[in-house]
Amino acid sequence: MQTTAMNAVEADSLVKTYPGGVKALDGLSITVRPGEVFGLLGPNGAGKSTTIKILTTLARPDSGTATIAGHAVLSRPDRVRRVIGVVSQRSGADPMASGRDNLVLQARLYGMRGAELARRVAELLDRFDLGDAAGRQVRTYSGGMQRRLDVALGLVHRPRVLFLDEPTTGLDPEARAAMWEEIARLAGDDSLAILLTTHYLDEADRLAGRLAIVDGGRVVAEGTPEGLKAELRGDAVHLELREAPDEQRVRSLIGALPGVREIVFDGRRLSARADDGAAAVPIAIAALDQAGVPVAAVTVARPSLDDVYLRHAGRRFAQTDEPVAAGVGGAR
Amino acid sequence: MSGLFVHTWWMSHRRLKALLRNPGLVVMTLVQPAIWLFLFGGLFRKVAELPGFGAASYVDYLVPGVVVMSAVSSNMWSGMGVIDEIERGTLNRFLVSPVSRSAILNAGVIEQAVSTAVQSLIIILLGRLAGASYPGGVLGVVVLVVASILLGAIFSALSSTMGLLVRQRDTIIGLSVFLLLPLTFLSSAFMAKSLMPSWIQNVAAFNPLNWSLDTARGALAADPDWQAVAVHGGWLLGLAALMIWLSTSSFRSYQKSI
Repeated sequence: MQTTAMNAVEADSLVKTYPGGVKALDGLSITVRPGEVFGLLGPNGAGKSTTIKILTTLARPDSGTATIAGHAVLSRPDRVRRVIGVVSQRSGADPMASGRDNLVLQARLYGMRGAELARRVAELLDRFDLGDAAGRQVRTYSGGMQRRLDVALGLVHRPRVLFLDEPTTGLDPEARAAMWEEIARLAGDDSLAILLTTHYLDEADRLAGRLAIVDGGRVVAEGTPEGLKAELRGDAVHLELREAPDEQRVRSLIGALPGVREIVFDGRRLSARADDGAAAVPIAIAALDQAGVPVAAVTVARPSLDDVYLRHAGRRFAQTDEPVAAGVGGAR
Repeated sequence: MSGLFVHTWWMSHRRLKALLRNPGLVVMTLVQPAIWLFLFGGLFRKVAELPGFGAASYVDYLVPGVVVMSAVSSNMWSGMGVIDEIERGTLNRFLVSPVSRSAILNAGVIEQAVSTAVQSLIIILLGRLAGASYPGGVLGVVVLVVASILLGAIFSALSSTMGLLVRQRDTIIGLSVFLLLPLTFLSSAFMAKSLMPSWIQNVAAFNPLNWSLDTARGALAADPDWQAVAVHGGWLLGLAALMIWLSTSSFRSYQKSI
């Protein structure tokens, strides 16, 4: 119990199946330490939003337990609600009310009033650069302004744990950069733990102190972005072949080269890890050429989170994302 | 308990403020009632001269009909607001806060009651302009307003339930299209009960819109029939309570579906 009280978030073996048999979570466990920014990285439909819904008391898991700052999510949702701030994918701000009215109501729901309330609202309006627009209806706000208001709404009551569910999805690059800066600033506050979900690799890489890669409703890898990348010793070598290869044959060819391992096929693309990428490439191309497997393109790169994802989920991140992103599916 | 009261107050405050911010909408919702009162009422003025009609003037007779019809009409759209709040994430934002769940529901009922009361009072004043008189006096008018609030609560709860369970705007529109006019015409809104075909009389006995008219007309008469007010008012109250209970349980099933 001692460790439970110390961690900002503890989720243990969460399972959730939606009607229709969609298994959103399949035994997901994570631990978020106080004051850290923890990233949940995964494609749409991996179970990130369901995790957030369970941890923020909106949904109940079929099995598994979770605590937030020591309070059990299932048995004491009232206590959990007092210590969490939530910025969900959908704004949640009332578009017909002004930014100030939204903040004032939020503060009142958390029991603030009088001078304390006025001070807090003014402070947040100022901090999120919404002072000039405070009296305007939220529906007139730009996307970036709305998102800043959403974050302000989540912070009104000085939560211990802030949930940011896809905070930059749908923002233009400028607003996205500004939001990143804001999150980085929040991360500096040691009393606030942040659980961030994202399907942007660069976002997780840049913002998260530690992260978990989620796939199929469970955590497939966990660590610091640096640590996860370092686990993949050596460089990533990507070869694009002219035609779909005979996988077994190519695998034995490449695998025979010194210092080359972890060969993964993905259509015409082949990825491998090499102790010294620059040295391995010419040998690999020569070997493939001789075997009559022409190479169309080659890249050598330091390991990226995409490589980490590929290693643990068995496929490329960008590809898993596309069909869902284009579809109609709602947040899960 | 005090938390529930405070939360109900602020949640209602939010919704009533939204109403106040949009006075144009109130004016729009009064166009229809004005047409019924002034044009329909003017066109069919001589109806009151039918033997056995039993009202001093047609517009006197018409006012309660237009009041309750408008109450149904405006409250049938509650479900739209529910769908908007779900889609925007506003409802979930409240659900992750410590706000009392009952306060969220109470605020909906209070907004509905206040807006229906204001709308009904304005129509009663418009009726005055159209030349109607209310022999039952202030008490009669109060009963009419309360009856329209209860009737509105029934249809607001029905619409919200649809919004929470089906979450499709078309369903709400369909509800309004299919129910409003039939309910109105299968009641004594525009024609005295004694002059209606007997099959409509029989159907009307089960029509909540008709209950509200019996309640209101009982109290608005020069010689009020308090027994009719109590009986039909009781039915209205019972059905309103049942429908609010239904929408409360559909709110729980929404929470389970998240």
